[in-house]
Amino acid sequence: MAIEQDEIEKIAELARIRVDAAQAADLTRRLGDILAMVDQLQAADTADVEPMAHPLDATQCLRADRVTEENRREAFQAIAPAVEDGLYLVPKVIE
Amino acid sequence: MQWETVIGLEVHLQLATASKIFSGSPTTFGAEPNTQASAVDLAMPGMLPVLNEQAVRYAVMFGLGIDAEIGLRSVFDRKNYFYPDLPKGYQISQFAEPIVGRGHFEIQLEDGSTRQIGITRAHLEEDAGKSLHEDFHGMSGIDLNRAGTPLLEIVSEPDIRSAEEAVAYLKALHSLVTYLGISDGNMAEGSMRCDVNISLRPRGHEEFGTRAEIKNVNSFRFVEKAIRHEIERQSDILEDGGKVVQETRLYDPDKDETRPMRSKEVANDYRYFPEPDLLPVIIDTSYVEAIRETLPELPTAKRHRFAEQYGLSAYDAGVLADSRALGDYYEAAVAACGDAKIAANWVQVELLGQLNRSDLELGDCPVSAPDLGGLIARILDNSISGKIAKQVFEAMWAGEGTADEIIAAKGLKQVSDSGALEAMVDEVIAANPGQVEQYRAADEGKRKKLIGFFVGQIMKASKGQANPQMVNSLLAEKLD
Repeated sequence: MAIEQDEIEKIAELARIRVDAAQAADLTRRLGDILAMVDQLQAADTADVEPMAHPLDATQCLRADRVTEENRREAFQAIAPAVEDGLYLVPKVIE
Repeated sequence: MQWETVIGLEVHLQLATASKIFSGSPTTFGAEPNTQASAVDLAMPGMLPVLNEQAVRYAVMFGLGIDAEIGLRSVFDRKNYFYPDLPKGYQISQFAEPIVGRGHFEIQLEDGSTRQIGITRAHLEEDAGKSLHEDFHGMSGIDLNRAGTPLLEIVSEPDIRSAEEAVAYLKALHSLVTYLGISDGNMAEGSMRCDVNISLRPRGHEEFGTRAEIKNVNSFRFVEKAIRHEIERQSDILEDGGKVVQETRLYDPDKDETRPMRSKEVANDYRYFPEPDLLPVIIDTSYVEAIRETLPELPTAKRHRFAEQYGLSAYDAGVLADSRALGDYYEAAVAACGDAKIAANWVQVELLGQLNRSDLELGDCPVSAPDLGGLIARILDNSISGKIAKQVFEAMWAGEGTADEIIAAKGLKQVSDSGALEAMVDEVIAANPGQVEQYRAADEGKRKKLIGFFVGQIMKASKGQANPQMVNSLLAEKLD
């Protein structure tokens, strides 16, 4: 499974990682090597193997539906870059 | 060309838990911004989610309510996208292995006819926060109180064929989830939000047309309007030989139109992968069966029972079984008066009408079901006429007492004493010799009409309290 440079650029954009053209070319080659190894793994017969959702052989513990958290807005907002009227302020998002 | 509309709905249902799906923060609506956002909800480094058992239970209840396959093993995944009201940069959701699989339930249309609508799946996920775009010095404000609120996303099969059916589906869903008590179903507060997938295809074709998705339509009325608008928009495009573009659109209720929402640079590419912070959720059949034992009678079953047991029309049964509280009220009224049909009429016309006019919910109704039954019983035993009963009902509504107390206090008991009635009849006959002569000279057909005059006079004299059947027979006897 080969990967193209434009796919690398798209993934970088989705992940909000700035990657310049030289880096993109380098990443394409290195990720291509990793995918080649994955191809090799794909060759193994896994017909009888159940897909693994988690490496730990355990199941999820559930918690009771109880409110256990108190309002700690002041402490959290003390370390936020910008707040107003109890809101966190962020660069304007336009839909 | 005749077009057929194909609609699938995705409903995000807020589950009625006290705390969030992965943290111990409260879920109360309307709190001060960010006072219900804990370190987990804010995605502080090192925080780990712990799943709320009640959310799992509610999802299973829903699954049982739609006769679905329950996922005894379900897996949470990360749905990745960037938006400031999603602090982790991903939403924890379920993708490949949801907790509720394929199911179905029945919807009822205005004319009383019914249809089965398939449910593809329902999965648990967390809600995002809220972005406020008013001007904060060129910035946006973020409130994360809602972040982490448990949602059940319910995806229907593309089985819906019109705006009317879509509304009927949502109403049936609303009725089901409030019967189950898994959500308050409050659309105004966002407890039930709906995305509509809609496409057109030439009638008779199997293959689906290209669909558009309309996001976040939040009332029954807007769903109907948005769909009607979108059908018109797509059929105009297709009639002109154009192609519908697959895109996400937003309904604007002020302008009654839909318009494209997201630009293509954020093309939906969520790169789902299994959530490493949560293990697979395993439930066993005994857990599911124990939940099944606790389920109440559900709306469809109740509707069918009402029609059968009480001899009601499909429509009446549908109205009365719409909410659990109304169904219970109706049955208590029937028990108190013994006449299911008259009780159905009174509950639907007088009770619901008065609640509507007073802008009250059934829970705040000033007239209890046994008291309403008591009033109906007085109509049935001829103590009062239906007309006087309405007057008594008004007084009951105003808190003046039970039907019997009001009838006694106001002297409204119907006059069924033949002596007293006879005296009234004689008086009216004596006072109107002209009409009496006219009556006697008239043929059978005209007499029927003329007798109405005398009945009217007697009802007036008795302030509406004379027993109309007795008045009629006394008059016929005296005049002939």
